[in-house]
Amino acid sequence: MPQVTLTVNGKSASVEVEARTLLVELLREKLGLTGTHVGCDTSQCGACVVHVDGTSVKACTMLAVQADGASVTTIEGLAKADGTLHPMQEMFREHHALQCGFCTPGMVMSAIDLVQSHPEGLTEAQIRHGLEGNLCRCTGYHNIVKAIAAAWPIMHGKVPAAAE
Amino acid sequence: MTAAFEGIGASVRRKEDLRFISGRGHYTDDINRPGQLHAYIRRSDRPHAKIVSIDTTAAAAAPGVAAVFTGADLAGIGGLPCGWQIHNKDGSPMAEPKHPVLAEGKVRHVGDPIAVVIAETKQQAKDAAELLDIVLEDLPSIASVTAAAAPGAPRVHDDVAGNVCYDWHIGDKAAVDAAFARAAKVVSLDLTNNRLIPNAMEPRAAVGDFDPTTDDYTLYTTSQNPHVIRLLMGAFVLGLPEHKLRVVAPDVGGGFGSKIYHYAEEAIVTWAAGRLKRPVKWTAERTESFMSDAHGRDHVSTAEMALDAEGHFLALRVKTLCNMGGYLSTFAPAVPTYLYATLLAGVYKTPAIYAEVKAMFTNTVPVDAYRGAGRPEAAFLIERLVDTICHDTGHDRVDIRRKNFIPVDAFPYQTPVALQYDSGDYFTTLDAALKAADWAGFPARRAAAKANGKLRGIGISTYLEACGIAPSKVVGSLGARAGLYEVANVRVHPTGSVSVFTGTHSHGQGHETTFAQLVSDQLGVPLSQVDVVHGDTAKIPFGMGTYGSRSLAVGGSAMVKAMDKIIAKGKKIAAHLMEASADDIEFKDGKFSVAGTDKVKTLGEIALTAYVPHNYPIETLEPGLDETAFYDPMNFTFPGGCHVCEVEIDQDTGVTSVVNFVAVDDVGRVINPMIVEGQVQGGVAQGIGQALLESAVYDEAGQLLSGSFMDYTMPRADDLPNITVGTESTLCTHNPLGAKGCGEVGAIGSPPAVMNAVVDALKDLGVRHVDMPASPQKIWAIIHSNRPRMAAE
Ligand code: FES
Ligand code: FES
Repeated sequence: MPQVTLTVNGKSASVEVEARTLLVELLREKLGLTGTHVGCDTSQCGACVVHVDGTSVKACTMLAVQADGASVTTIEGLAKADGTLHPMQEMFREHHALQCGFCTPGMVMSAIDLVQSHPEGLTEAQIRHGLEGNLCRCTGYHNIVKAIAAAWPIMHGKVPAAAE
Repeated sequence: MTAAFEGIGASVRRKEDLRFISGRGHYTDDINRPGQLHAYIRRSDRPHAKIVSIDTTAAAAAPGVAAVFTGADLAGIGGLPCGWQIHNKDGSPMAEPKHPVLAEGKVRHVGDPIAVVIAETKQQAKDAAELLDIVLEDLPSIASVTAAAAPGAPRVHDDVAGNVCYDWHIGDKAAVDAAFARAAKVVSLDLTNNRLIPNAMEPRAAVGDFDPTTDDYTLYTTSQNPHVIRLLMGAFVLGLPEHKLRVVAPDVGGGFGSKIYHYAEEAIVTWAAGRLKRPVKWTAERTESFMSDAHGRDHVSTAEMALDAEGHFLALRVKTLCNMGGYLSTFAPAVPTYLYATLLAGVYKTPAIYAEVKAMFTNTVPVDAYRGAGRPEAAFLIERLVDTICHDTGHDRVDIRRKNFIPVDAFPYQTPVALQYDSGDYFTTLDAALKAADWAGFPARRAAAKANGKLRGIGISTYLEACGIAPSKVVGSLGARAGLYEVANVRVHPTGSVSVFTGTHSHGQGHETTFAQLVSDQLGVPLSQVDVVHGDTAKIPFGMGTYGSRSLAVGGSAMVKAMDKIIAKGKKIAAHLMEASADDIEFKDGKFSVAGTDKVKTLGEIALTAYVPHNYPIETLEPGLDETAFYDPMNFTFPGGCHVCEVEIDQDTGVTSVVNFVAVDDVGRVINPMIVEGQVQGGVAQGIGQALLESAVYDEAGQLLSGSFMDYTMPRADDLPNITVGTESTLCTHNPLGAKGCGEVGAIGSPPAVMNAVVDALKDLGVRHVDMPASPQKIWAIIHSNRPRMAAE
């Protein structure tokens, strides 16, 4: 069976997997990182989004062997070692952008990539469009959109916008 | 922070969020037991077929396979029970065919489980399932209620004539017929309520565990009501006594009704764990969720209203065919009867109502309660009918509603269809919603849209629902086979912190925060000192779970009762310590004081005394400060309100966009406004989904065509607008909190508001009614088939 060596949340890991193993299966089942979720079998829900070398990826669309040599960040790896949350995590809590929490890890990982890739600013329409790959059945997205808009100035070092 | 208000009415940030945003939620699929095996279920790909043979030899010999089981292996165990019995018009009980855990002799819907393969790994189980040699012989099949009701239709169950599960009615037929005979005008409407697939984002999962040294079983499952599963599975399916069966529902990723029911897979993993003496885990793939989670809605109805010359409603007559699917799911029979037809008065003082409901078996996935359950179907029917009356008669949509509303001073109000509403004020929610949505300014917006080539429409719905399910005696007389009270255990620990054990279950509703706020408020304990525990039959005395927006109204009331007992006992202990009479002790803000003096003891001091009873009235009072209460509600609660939706239709693409949505709801007492707003927004999103996007589509034979997220249109962020939420509350009069419930209002009020807006947008084309979903294809076809007329104008 192939051996996959990768860095996950800053720690190196080397795992033997069946060739057909998906990255999300490696994370959940081999490394016990159950924060990354599986919500579908057609790569449409986004519950499984992680960062691979800094870019958001649906971990159910990628074979574990394709991640060989890559650096992967999951929801568990976002907070600082001292427990300080990433601003996106903070804003999700502040704006009640989660209910059952099942979509949340993927949603947060997608949102971070979305904000990082738009240093020039993000409109509400861009946020909504940018979330097309992530399903949430609980919130109606309203508060997720608010949380992402609130995280943008913090992540880009701008003065946080005053609360509504 | 220390002084921040965190009691009833504060938008406290949720206590449970830290674990969810950190990836530390603990869902069923995250649970792995030592030595665990994996189950894969082979399901029917045919809607209706005879099982000719199943050869398991090759599958059983495949690598890693521990066992293969079919219906024959499970023949000794019971079928999945139904929790509600409805009676036919003639008083005879409904047809209740067996719902086997694994198919016996026949399969009756695509997704019906036929065999289970259990292996060392998930992949091995799945690979081996491919090797099962199953010979099926197709039988004629039906998917729609109309096909099921047609003369000569194939039978889903050999012993159920005409596929009729029950033929039921409610109301005064003679009074209705008389009113129709003297009516100035009768308006009739045929409508369907589209079938939906709940699609909680977390697929169902179950892990069965067995301890051979004690004979104890544990089931971890994605459930909204673990005690109900323990009762149903233990008593009716597997024959396990409650003390040997623990059911744990850990973090659950959304339910919306679909995780209320006892499903076959729960029984399979529990039974197999005992049989194989190893834990067994099953997790649904999304494809399986589509064909095995209970679906929702699926009604075909005719509604008729008799009116006088001024537009007063005289009588309502409704005929509904509803789809039960291939078998009866746990609460299915109650949904189109006591959660639907009893709601047909809505917010109107219609004096006479008669409804006939015929429930049909079809070769489709079982249908049961989905967010709102029966009440959205009722609200949709009434509110579309009211708008159709205006279309046909020229009455104003707002005026006719006001004219027929139950007046504010008429409460308690007895409807002609069994329910008695305790409180409400439909005028206030209507006015607030019209104002927030700028109803008056709409004509200008419509004109502006028209200038841009767009069709703009606005719609309202003034709806009502019944929740806080339910008074046990009443539902018992209506066919419920269980009581529907709730249980709370409040445990004040020796140093004054509090654990609250509730029989309700949180799968997104934020109970760990809301209930903690309630307890913090009533006992005067800081929020951080209160923990809410739910979802484990080993920890919680009993409970009926969470559905029907019942958790606060029923579960919260049980908590209040338990806290009353804590306070009463605390007063006795305080009286002893301060040498006063218990009658003179007052309790406020966490302190017991002797009235008219400055003598005070804190709850913490009382708790310590209760557990370290060195100076204690031991002859008359037991030590400890731990109280349990069962609360059985006296009535349903009746949230209601007004939703206003504004849409714009692109004539070239047929795409309907919701450009504004306002919901003003009366949900009774609000503990955490932020959470209530989120609940309403989520419900509205599902309602807009039903109205514009979602539909479970079967072909005529019963093949599920919308069986994945590629075919079933889930609402995405860019399909939805911002949703403005307001509350205008009247209090429930019969529970201690005055709470009514907020979990379902969004999904109930919104579909008719959206569809009334869609029809309004199309009114110049002469459109009278559009069935849900208003998909681009459907709307484009309507516009283009009417184009010549438009051009002629
Ligand atoms: S699990 Fe749904 S997109 Fe990956
Ligand atoms: S919070 Fe439940 S799916 Fe998004």
